Amino acid sequence: MADHVGLKSLPLDALHRRLGGRMVAFAGHAMPVQYREGVIAEHLWTRAHAGLFDVSHMGQLTLGGAGAAEWLETLAPGDFRALPPGRMRYSLLLAPDGGILDDLMVTNVGSGFHLVVNGATKHDDLAHMRAHLPAGLVLTHREEAALLALQGPEAAGALQRLGVAPEGPETPAVAALKFMAAGCYIWRGIPLLVSRSGYTGEDGFEISVSATAAEALAEALLADPSVRPIGLGARDSLRLEAGLPLYGHDLTPDTEPVEAGLAFAISKRRKAEGGFPGAGRILKALLDGPARRRVGLRLEGRQPAREGATIHAGDEQVGIVTSGGHGPSVGGPIAMGYVAAPHAADGTALAIEVRGKRLPATVVPLPFWHKSYAR
Amino acid sequence: MRYYTQQDEWIEVDGETATVGITDYAQGQLGDIVFVDLPEPGRTVEKGKEAAVVESVKTAADVYSPVSGTVTEVNTALADNPELVNESAEGQGWFYRLTLADPSELEGLMDPAAYQAFLGTR
Repeated sequence: MADHVGLKSLPLDALHRRLGGRMVAFAGHAMPVQYREGVIAEHLWTRAHAGLFDVSHMGQLTLGGAGAAEWLETLAPGDFRALPPGRMRYSLLLAPDGGILDDLMVTNVGSGFHLVVNGATKHDDLAHMRAHLPAGLVLTHREEAALLALQGPEAAGALQRLGVAPEGPETPAVAALKFMAAGCYIWRGIPLLVSRSGYTGEDGFEISVSATAAEALAEALLADPSVRPIGLGARDSLRLEAGLPLYGHDLTPDTEPVEAGLAFAISKRRKAEGGFPGAGRILKALLDGPARRRVGLRLEGRQPAREGATIHAGDEQVGIVTSGGHGPSVGGPIAMGYVAAPHAADGTALAIEVRGKRLPATVVPLPFWHKSYAR
Repeated sequence: MRYYTQQDEWIEVDGETATVGITDYAQGQLGDIVFVDLPEPGRTVEKGKEAAVVESVKTAADVYSPVSGTVTEVNTALADNPELVNESAEGQGWFYRLTLADPSELEGLMDPAAYQAFLGTR
């Protein structure tokens, strides 16, 4: 396939091509949608072993200066003042009306905060944040950094075998990092920011590393027999099975956190105090219940329903699919979408229209796939 | 006699009837196939118009009929084993059979050598 004109190539571009990655345009970057084995094999490998994902298209930002936590709380509904060093939170960048501008991970790295935002929204996020940035705070786009995700039940073993050493005495061995914790590590003299997090529904890590060292790190990880490269296609099917919303699809400026099922991202103190964008609307939705809800839908048969398909209860349209496809571990078609609250209870029988046909579907709890915590 | 289209369908003609499927190149581009939406037997299909839809994990793709005609039979094995299209796109993974409405429609299609040359231009 011809190279895409105008696309940014990521630090691991040459490696992806050597590994047989099929490169596609994604969020303005050339990214591997799959490697030689294909999406289903890559998906199942990640659930059983460990998958290495290049997510360097995502935006990595650092925020430093006195009052950084307080300022972040004017943009997002997390309790960042109470977030201790070495811990991270999932949060939401909110518009004044409470609509979701992006979802992001916020890590307290001691010297400040490390933020990871979506690739397609990173430039808008930066513009939004810089427009509100007070004097004394420094926001930096770390464009020189790559981001790798190592996901799956064998991820911890693989990363430990690599010989990743904690930078300081307070940092645990990498395999002992707790979920949603992060620390600085050293590998062959190269500094890494490692967090126990991910977006696949599996145990795993995200590793921020300089672009110049990214290929050596990726190749060292891929040399472990438990690790294989995984493309964007399987990243999407894994997160869909895990019930995790994807920005631009399941979350947009037209959705607010409560209807999106993300009320957990509004910290207890913030619920009590408000003071975040859209707090009036969001706290009202918490109190009264939203008019529609993001739900999981399991379809009968094998035919998938995709984003944009309409959801019906009898003759009435009651919702729309925002993500859908084949779930390789579930073994059939699954979808997420927004459904009017009276039709959103688990077990509700609905129909999804695909090419003029009504496919029977049932509202089911998320996630579709439950990780088996063997360890 | 086998012919190919620029939209990556193949058609194997045997007198008045023909079998249609997607090419091995097409299945490779689509990736893991999870569902094939086939026409109803008895349906009239038109040359160059949508006759079936093939769904991979990632996407849905229209399949255009290489010629006009009436569908006589579909590959029911694909209902339970859509992966047959990945394993044998130009054999067991066929889509449907039809009675040709106008055999002269075959004239604009490619023979195997021409299709291979066409793939080389991509």
